[in-house]
Amino acid sequence: MALRSCLIPFLQQLGDDVSYWGFFVEYAPKMASGAMTTAMVMGCSALLAAVISLIFGLMRLSQNWGVQAAATVYIEFFRGTSLLVQLYWIYYVLPLMGLTLSPFMSGVLALGLNFGAYGAEIVRGGVQSVPRGQWEAALALNMSPAQRMRRIIVPQTFTLILPPMANLTVELLKATALVALITVVDLMFVAKQINATTWLSAQVFGTALIIYYIMARFALIPFLRWLEVLAARKVGKA
Amino acid sequence: MEWRWDFTFEILPRMLWATGNTLLAAGIGYLIALVVGLILMLGQRTPYRIVNFIVREVVEFIRSTPLLVQLFFVFFVAPQFGIKLTAWTSAMLTIGLHFGTYLSEVYRGALEGVPKAQWEACRALNFSTAYTYRRVVLPQAFPIALPGMGNYLVGIFKDTPLLATIGVAELMHTANALGAETYRYLEPYTMVGFIFLIISLPAAMGLRRLEAAVAKAQGKVKH
Amino acid sequence: MDTRHPQSLPDGSPLVRFADVTKSYGDLTVLDKLNLDIAQNEMVSIIGPSGSGKTTVLRVLMTLETINDGVIYVDGEPLTHMPSGAGLEVASESYLRQRRSKIGMVFQQFNLFPHMTALQNCIEAPMQVLGLSRDEAEERALDLLQMVGMDSKKDQHPTRLSGGQQQRVAIARALAMRPQVMLLDEVTSALDPEVIGEVLNVIRSLNSEHNLTMIMVTHQMGFAREISDRVCFFYEGKIAEQGSPEKLFEDPQNERTKQFLHAVLDAN
Ligand SMILES: Nc1ncnc2c1ncn2[C@@H]1O[C@H](COP(=O)(O)OP(=O)(O)O)[C@@H](O)[C@H]1O
Ligand SMILES: [Mg+2]
Repeated sequence: MALRSCLIPFLQQLGDDVSYWGFFVEYAPKMASGAMTTAMVMGCSALLAAVISLIFGLMRLSQNWGVQAAATVYIEFFRGTSLLVQLYWIYYVLPLMGLTLSPFMSGVLALGLNFGAYGAEIVRGGVQSVPRGQWEAALALNMSPAQRMRRIIVPQTFTLILPPMANLTVELLKATALVALITVVDLMFVAKQINATTWLSAQVFGTALIIYYIMARFALIPFLRWLEVLAARKVGKA
Repeated sequence: MEWRWDFTFEILPRMLWATGNTLLAAGIGYLIALVVGLILMLGQRTPYRIVNFIVREVVEFIRSTPLLVQLFFVFFVAPQFGIKLTAWTSAMLTIGLHFGTYLSEVYRGALEGVPKAQWEACRALNFSTAYTYRRVVLPQAFPIALPGMGNYLVGIFKDTPLLATIGVAELMHTANALGAETYRYLEPYTMVGFIFLIISLPAAMGLRRLEAAVAKAQGKVKH
Repeated sequence: MDTRHPQSLPDGSPLVRFADVTKSYGDLTVLDKLNLDIAQNEMVSIIGPSGSGKTTVLRVLMTLETINDGVIYVDGEPLTHMPSGAGLEVASESYLRQRRSKIGMVFQQFNLFPHMTALQNCIEAPMQVLGLSRDEAEERALDLLQMVGMDSKKDQHPTRLSGGQQQRVAIARALAMRPQVMLLDEVTSALDPEVIGEVLNVIRSLNSEHNLTMIMVTHQMGFAREISDRVCFFYEGKIAEQGSPEKLFEDPQNERTKQFLHAVLDAN
């Protein structure tokens, strides 16, 4: 009985092609523009996160005690608290201290800082897994510590860190949905908006999920794989 | 804006109570995810290639879409079809499903981490499949899976603030409510961050210990 | 500050001098008050049982490891230390960078840079460290690659090369820095038997045609005997016996040397 009472409206909804098509035609442009914003948030925060990952990942390996401690505190802090908490803090609390950022900026900053902390650990792991012999060969050629790092070690870490970085980037795309909660008009925000006026929840959130899926599976992941192949070719492994 | 300690202590009981809810949500969600993960892993190892394929695609779909959108989907769509789900039920279902896909990967990786030769040795000794799993494969796979399993427990914990968006009265929800009531956001939000930190830091440390212990037990030396 | 050792050696001194060099890891003393002089253009082979400190001698000379006591001099000037007041103090990184350029090293595991081609491996340090232009560096590198017989593979990445080929590129890479002393640490130990010969041939020509000063750790007794001016037998961080190859291989005096040569030659 319970099953039938669920199933019938479900089938009615599904069978009603016209209603979904009508929904699609009406709301597709709005959702597409939301998706564009999602892509923007994603691109900007990925760039920020990449820079932070590199800087803090290398700081974490510094011989200097203070530099290393600063990086550790940063990384543990941003990994230890929750992304949403950081987002709210930046958006709602920072203005109380006199620093007001736009919703977009707040979102990019929170995502960049948070994912930068995770990325820094990946960079650290990558650098540490470059064989010792590479450092020694560079030293035997009398390269300075900076030259060793920049010319020998960092280029070699790219192939090592790209696969875990790719996973992290997909997580970043998913995490961008949170910026809707601080009024950035991204895909999630648009979906919520449409849902609030139409109550066509299955259609709107279902479509949003599919768009996120397409962005991840058919745009982001192929792009990241391409980067991996490119990096592999650079080190002569392809 | 100044930090007010009297206000901090005034809201502390409510925050602690909410912390209990957060931990409860993470715990229940994790238990569901452990089971869902098992089902999704087994679903990819059936004798039917079509079933394996479908389950694999479903896992991929869930893994590459945002938890937040899934949460709204479950919470709002169910009533559309006449199913009444409370915020808590929706939340637990979504978390269980979302992280179940990750755990299925952890299980799969762990099973694949057991050398093929172990299976072959069991075949040579004429052990049954069930016996092989129970006495040979699972005891070796479990330590491999442990760190991943621990990681996702912490992962779920850190994602619980999202549940506030559909009205689960966990920490973030309580902080929002306090902010709305008192117009003070500094203390509630900062306290949420602090509480997360003091729970997840020791947890992460414990995890690292666990990982090291597992690596050591497997005879791998960490450099 | 250390005042037991001179701030520089008089003219006519050996190219490399180990003066009472001690190296230890915790309680384990790996080099024990080692004294060793190496003359200009000399080819010295180091042999000895595993763990006797052979690699460590090369590594402290390359400044890959710091020593605990004593001083190493290269070309009359201290390497591990720098003048300070009346004595010597431990060298700073910038001082090391000045002095280290006189030494080159080839490793057992080649340690070529995997993200660079053979040619790029050979021009990287000359351009970055010596400040050569790309043209100058390439000219120098191509000459050397030709000498080691690797010019036809100059655009290959190391993963595409056999062990013997990689080791020959590694030799060219070290030579491109024009070191005065070359250190070779079991350079054929990681190679398949059939390619050992090609690497030994390169070392032969370095010795005969280029008159380079070389210190070579090796397990190839025949080769050591053929090519060396002097052979040092290491035992427990000390030179137990040294002398001309003929003397050491045919008429060893030390009991340890006899045992070692017996064991090695029997195995062959
Ligand atoms: N980084 C290190 N830490 C501790 N002990 C070391 C280290 N490197 C070498 N040793 C020890 O020093 C001794 C000499 O090593 P090595 O010079 O490599 O010997 P050889 O090359 O003659 O085989 C060995 O007992 C070795 O275990
Ligand atoms: Mg050795």
